[in-house]
Amino acid sequence: MAAESNITNLKGASDEHYASPSLLQLALGRLWRDRLSMIALTLLLLLTVSAYGAPIITQLLGVNPNSIVGPSFLPPGVDGHLLGLDDIGRDHLARLLYAGQISLKIGFLAAFLSLVIGVSLGLATGYFGGIVDDITIWLITTINSIPLFFIILIIAAILSPDDNTLIIVLGFLGWTSTTRLVRGETLSLREREFVISARAIGATRIRIMFAHILPNLISIILINLAIDIGVIILVEAGLSFLGVGVKPPTATWGNMLTNAQTFFTRGPHLVFWPGFMIFLTVLCLYVLGDGLRDAFDPTTVDQ
Amino acid sequence: MVKYTLRRLFQAIPTLFGISILTYMIMLAAPGGPVQALAFGPKVTPQQRAELAARLGVNDPFYIQYLRWLLGDDWMRWDEDGDGVADHAVLIPLDANGDGEPEAPGEGKGVLRGDFGRSFYHGKRQVLSVIAERVSATMELGVSSLLVGLVVGLPVGILAAVRRGGVFDNLTRIMSVVFNAIPVFWLGLMLLLLFGGTGLGLLPMGNQCRPVLIGGCPPVWQRLEYLILPTFVIATGEIAGFSRFMRASLLDVSSQDYIRTAKAKGLSERVVWFKHGTRNALIPIATFLGPAITGILSGAAITETIFAWPGLGRLAVESVTQQNYPVVMAVVLFAAVATILGYLLSDILYALIDPRIRLH
Repeated sequence: MAAESNITNLKGASDEHYASPSLLQLALGRLWRDRLSMIALTLLLLLTVSAYGAPIITQLLGVNPNSIVGPSFLPPGVDGHLLGLDDIGRDHLARLLYAGQISLKIGFLAAFLSLVIGVSLGLATGYFGGIVDDITIWLITTINSIPLFFIILIIAAILSPDDNTLIIVLGFLGWTSTTRLVRGETLSLREREFVISARAIGATRIRIMFAHILPNLISIILINLAIDIGVIILVEAGLSFLGVGVKPPTATWGNMLTNAQTFFTRGPHLVFWPGFMIFLTVLCLYVLGDGLRDAFDPTTVDQ
Repeated sequence: MVKYTLRRLFQAIPTLFGISILTYMIMLAAPGGPVQALAFGPKVTPQQRAELAARLGVNDPFYIQYLRWLLGDDWMRWDEDGDGVADHAVLIPLDANGDGEPEAPGEGKGVLRGDFGRSFYHGKRQVLSVIAERVSATMELGVSSLLVGLVVGLPVGILAAVRRGGVFDNLTRIMSVVFNAIPVFWLGLMLLLLFGGTGLGLLPMGNQCRPVLIGGCPPVWQRLEYLILPTFVIATGEIAGFSRFMRASLLDVSSQDYIRTAKAKGLSERVVWFKHGTRNALIPIATFLGPAITGILSGAAITETIFAWPGLGRLAVESVTQQNYPVVMAVVLFAAVATILGYLLSDILYALIDPRIRLH
């Protein structure tokens, strides 16, 4: 009896042991152990939570982003204003947090939009080939031979966009590199045995693309997403800095800098913080992207 | 090789047409238009505004404006009897502003005949002369930052590869992520704050040289202090890129058979790494030179704006905000040509250095 239960126990244990984790689980496990990536992720979460929790935080601190509460250019740390006051005497920290909402929203949503376009186009062109592929490749080469920043600059100057328009513009212009990557990967995946066998048992094309090929692209998708969000936050900030992005009174980290640049000798803290927030956010995203790359492809770690 | 180059150049033609049509369309879609920006003020009458619009031809349909830009307007209205007044017209009316008198014949030759028109600003000068004036400043900055990028980036990458996994390697890895993530405008402003007139006062606050009333700036070597900050700001990205690329390339090469052979022959580490390794690892760097050339020619809009550098990038930003169509079109086309040539050049260079690569 006892022996038997031991055997079943053993069996149970060995089952657990041999239930091999999926690629995603393995990668996430590796990511979890990568201290640098985890710090970056934590910081990102903190930034996001504090930006979107701005109404609560500012209430707790007793400050308000839009009311004038003291003298202009009050240095940081005076009178309970942690980061001081801006050029017309509004609380800088409160404004930074609210501006973060817009900058983060643009980065995340535009990157998501370009990812959706890039992945579906890459899947379709890679899988079907033919004329769709030719047209897409021509489109990509054309778009890539335009100095993209100029085109974005022109479009932004013309539309004088609000945050939502900018999301659409940046999302629709940033998909080319994702499409290329996904297309290349799909081209090689569609010749693999599991796709052939799926086709053999009569799976539909849509099912093969989304249920068989797409899960294999998860690493590319995640890495690209992290990097793209960073790039888009930088581009948005650059546009807003040049005065063609999101316009005041809606504050973003980029257009807070435009303003600050005019009087940066009187209020250096006004120049430092918005840029530092952009830098920190983008840095975390890039570190996370790097961490994801290593987690999904452990062979690169040794290189 | 010649055939390949010709074919690539030929392929560029439809691309350039596509870009020009697209840019033109986007610009014309802008609300306001140049007339509002040019004729601004309480004293301007609607009559004057209409005349200006007719003179600039901004009320014509899109395709006519584009055709005029492309082929010129000297054939659209012409003067047969030589009295300075147009007698015939195609595509556009003889009397566009509606004052009952035919206008003077056009004189624009169009882009295809090398005439990019006149700027709406800049004293109504020829667009090409406005651009020519800016190209040298942009190239000055581009070449110097590319040089700094190569001179710093390549050795850093080589050393990081040789000491793989060491402290130096990890430091350069952090450096490259930091350099990539830092917003250039913020870096520029912080450096100005630190080194500029109000900080340590070591370096000028911007511009290409001390403002002079007559004549241009003195030769570059007499005003290097003006170059330092903007060059550094642009070079950060290039240092990050070149060092990572060089490191990866050298590590890739180091696992090749001939490296093992060299080691087996008993050659010293130094000879193996530098003579056998680095030389071969430099080949793929050629692919990086294409985008670098593009960068040199089309300028850096943000950096040039911060440092008040009179280059093409800043010209583009100014012209876009002023809706100065002829200049915007010329700058975009110039940058597109630079991009196409940059990629072509790096492909050719790649094939020249590495005979295993065949262009077809």
